[in-house]
Amino acid sequence: MSQERSESSDSRSESPDRTRNADRSGDRSTADGRHPLFMPVILLGGLIFGFGLGFSHMARPEIVLRFLQFQDFGLLFVMFGAAIVSGVAFAVMPRYRTRAPLTRKPYGRRLKSFDRNVLVGGAIFGVGWGLSGICPGAAYASLGVGNVTILWAIGGMFLGAYLQGRWRSHRVPSDAASTGAD
Amino acid sequence: MFSAFVDPSVSEALFPRGISRYAVGGLLVGLGAAVIYLGTGIAAGASTFLESTLSYVSDRSRFQRYRSSRDWRVVFTIGIVAGAGLYALTFQSGLVSSSLYEPGTTGELRDVGGVTIWLTDVQPWRLLVGGVLVGIGTRIGKGCTSGHGVCGVGSASKTSIIGVATFLVVAIGTAQLVMALGVSP
Repeated sequence: MSQERSESSDSRSESPDRTRNADRSGDRSTADGRHPLFMPVILLGGLIFGFGLGFSHMARPEIVLRFLQFQDFGLLFVMFGAAIVSGVAFAVMPRYRTRAPLTRKPYGRRLKSFDRNVLVGGAIFGVGWGLSGICPGAAYASLGVGNVTILWAIGGMFLGAYLQGRWRSHRVPSDAASTGAD
Repeated sequence: MFSAFVDPSVSEALFPRGISRYAVGGLLVGLGAAVIYLGTGIAAGASTFLESTLSYVSDRSRFQRYRSSRDWRVVFTIGIVAGAGLYALTFQSGLVSSSLYEPGTTGELRDVGGVTIWLTDVQPWRLLVGGVLVGIGTRIGKGCTSGHGVCGVGSASKTSIIGVATFLVVAIGTAQLVMALGVSP
């Protein structure tokens, strides 16, 4: 854990908004003058991602709940199958190129700093996931397979993200000042 | 192939629907994330879309800080919806079939103008309350099943591995409790 903290500490302050630096560095090259293929590649990736969620039945809350209730362990193949494929890309690509062709963004791993929020947020997410059988990506895919009932969950997610954002901006009044440069 | 290594009855108990649709779907999910990463260097997650899209309607700095990524996050989400729609038009509607794809018996299938759509039986209150908690939790916890689960674990990030372990264990406990309380579907 300490190793990871040192890996990622160079780009992060100890402010409560320490993830901002990571988010902004991720967004920096996409601000203006984007490569004409940038959006098509994002769309293509989303299409494959969504097709996979539909094909694997992860867009069906019942199947996710069956996994959580130990009735069908297939979900493990989805999550780890996906992590292995993306893991190969994350491990191999930086050896051949330093920067992504469409953004000139340096290839890096997805590393976020560890703190209590990872546990607290993960636990709250876990209760929601266990109650509903739905997570964000699967919820969007569920809409795609025709499941309009899932709009309850998507509406709930927006409400939750809004409430959390409101609560966070009240608790961190310096937030507005520190993002003034955006 | 997998069943060759374990007792068929054990395999049947663990994977009553086989593993191929899960494995193939998972590989595609990973491939989608890899395509975006290879082209753009971005490790895409699905849950930041919630906050970044709120920046279109709220001036709060908490949401506005995602302004520069909000448009591609909308495109990514449209892609996910459309990709799942493509699956619905093909495999779900029976237009295309494969030995790797096992259709399910959950929920309700309905024919709408030649396309088979699927509807969940899970009660709306569970979806709504669960959705609110997912919205809060993924934002506090810095990621969801795609950000932590696919890209983070794929990056061998210890933070993500701990995050995934946390939400998996809590979700299993919650789902078991809900089932024990007799809430179904």
